[in-house]
Amino acid sequence: MSKTLIIAEHDAHELNPSTAKCASCAAAIGQDYDVVVLGSGIDNIAGQAAAIDGVGTVHAIDAEHLASPLAANHAAEVCAMAEGYSHILGPSTTFGKDLMPRIAALLGVNQVSDIAAVTGPHDFKRPIYAGNAIVDVQPPQEVAVVATVRVASWPSAADGGDAAIEARAANATPCGHTRYVSLQSGGGERPDLQSANRVISGGRALASEENFELIYKLADLIGAGAGASRAAVDAGYVPNDLQVGQTGKIIAPDLYVAFGISGAIQHITGIKDAGTIVAVNKDADAPIFEIADIGLVGDLFTVIPEMMQLLE
Amino acid sequence: MRILVGIKRVVDYNVRIRVKPDGSGVDTDGVKMSINPFDEIGLEEALRIREAGRAEEVVVVSVGGDECQQQLRTGLAMGADRAIQVSTADSLQPLSLARVFLKLVEKEQPGLVILGKQAIDGDNSQTGQMLAALWDRPQATFASGLDLTGDTATVIREVDAGLETIEVDLPAVITVDLRLNEPRFVKLPDIMKAKRKPLDVIALDELGVSAENDIQVTQHTSPPQREKGILVEDAAQLVTELKNRGLV
Ligand SMILES: Cc1cc2nc3c(=O)[nH]c(=O)nc-3n(C[C@H](O)[C@H](O)[C@H](O)COP(=O)(O)OP(=O)(O)OC[C@H]3O[C@@H](n4cnc5c(N)ncnc54)[C@H](O)[C@@H]3O)c2cc1C
Repeated sequence: MSKTLIIAEHDAHELNPSTAKCASCAAAIGQDYDVVVLGSGIDNIAGQAAAIDGVGTVHAIDAEHLASPLAANHAAEVCAMAEGYSHILGPSTTFGKDLMPRIAALLGVNQVSDIAAVTGPHDFKRPIYAGNAIVDVQPPQEVAVVATVRVASWPSAADGGDAAIEARAANATPCGHTRYVSLQSGGGERPDLQSANRVISGGRALASEENFELIYKLADLIGAGAGASRAAVDAGYVPNDLQVGQTGKIIAPDLYVAFGISGAIQHITGIKDAGTIVAVNKDADAPIFEIADIGLVGDLFTVIPEMMQLLE
Repeated sequence: MRILVGIKRVVDYNVRIRVKPDGSGVDTDGVKMSINPFDEIGLEEALRIREAGRAEEVVVVSVGGDECQQQLRTGLAMGADRAIQVSTADSLQPLSLARVFLKLVEKEQPGLVILGKQAIDGDNSQTGQMLAALWDRPQATFASGLDLTGDTATVIREVDAGLETIEVDLPAVITVDLRLNEPRFVKLPDIMKAKRKPLDVIALDELGVSAENDIQVTQHTSPPQREKGILVEDAAQLVTELKNRGLV
């Protein structure tokens, strides 16, 4: 039987939007697809997964040792239920990147990382070299396909599904060797970077944590998420979860505005799929202007306050 | 304790790569090659652990043709004690690489294996997790902080939601992120010294690892280019343009 299993991502309160994006990828693969939710106290999450259009069954594995997303525990559970699935998909978020290769190795297969497009059930496109080349890849047909889905390449599957929810007992014993301690979340009230329709981003040019308030204020004014370059994170102006790029988040908002970001390839790779890219930079030769849809050569410290006045 | 560090030879991160016209690959002729930046950070961390007296030996490992000896020598110059080249003309996929590392782990019995969280050529981000799975040991991926006490490592991981802290028992596999440390510069006398440090070459066949379930790569293409946009003069024009396009 050819069937796809999607690993749901969640934080115990809410299903991550990445799951509905994986569902779009699963739909493109063209087989029936189920979702598995792993965690502790997950009725609510399972319900949200069941509402994704096109999902066959939601398997809910509720166990205390699955409360934190430790790959060793989650991989063992997924492998215990892998039989009967020709494809196992997870998001290429840090959750999926951590977990899916562990599953792949236990199943004895290589992983297809970052599916950007599907041309057949065993035929995918994925980026390499920070998105500077795209490769066509074909995993072997005789074994399971384990893959991560490049979430920025896929729309969210619609709501309106009404899948059956089946509780399953946990199968594997908890690993004793890895212990979850804590999560320090940098995020505030702003829209999640990976699903925000608009993102306002700042780079090294902001020059301090205090100055970064300018970015937050403009973001809040238009209901946007806030992002940053690696240089801004490294310098300590903002927490790491704001980093956009090859080694940060890959995002595809309708609008991306970059203030004082030069446009290094590692940054650009994170925003290539944005609808409209706006760049404000005082250097007319900054590489970001090569890919910006709208460019403004100017000083961000005067441009942002002016924009805020006009938008208020 | 011994620490194994993986080092991959990749196209330098500053190079703008080009897809070959026939789609058979990426042009690497005459292109600057370097240690994968994440691996360099992994090595730096291993050296700091040794310098803090928590490890006795740091061994750098690379899998590839003889050209990767260049990166191994750089690793030795940075301060690694010895190097192992697993020699093969093929470019191995992550599962095979993980199997190679598992063989070396059985031989070398390290307390830590430190790898980059991804290589900047294939961007796979798989090998460390796969090694941990096959070895049945902990994985701590995307590390930006690492603290050793006794037989445990406390690792701060950069995750989408912020900074996650986990504790793992040793031996374990750590894959490192960029903010873990800043690698040292190599000094000339160290390059000379590195020439005398041991570099063992092991043929891939000797380890009994052969590629299995490889993913076929059939075609390379350039990504679609974004069209060049317009320039506006000031904030007022910018806001008007955004409003006209229905973006604010
Ligand atoms: C392996 C690797 C992975 C990486 N991953 C990432 C990643 O995921 N994301 C990422 O962003 N980077 C990443 N980088 C780093 C990347 O190469 C760049 O160093 C970084 O993006 C630069 O950040 P920046 O544009 O903020 O800073 P800079 O390059 O210093 O640019 C600052 C810009 O601000 C402009 N400016 C200065 N003052 C003003 C002003 N008052 N008004 C307007 N403009 C002004 C300047 O003209 C300049 O263009 C990675 C690098 C490596 C090696």
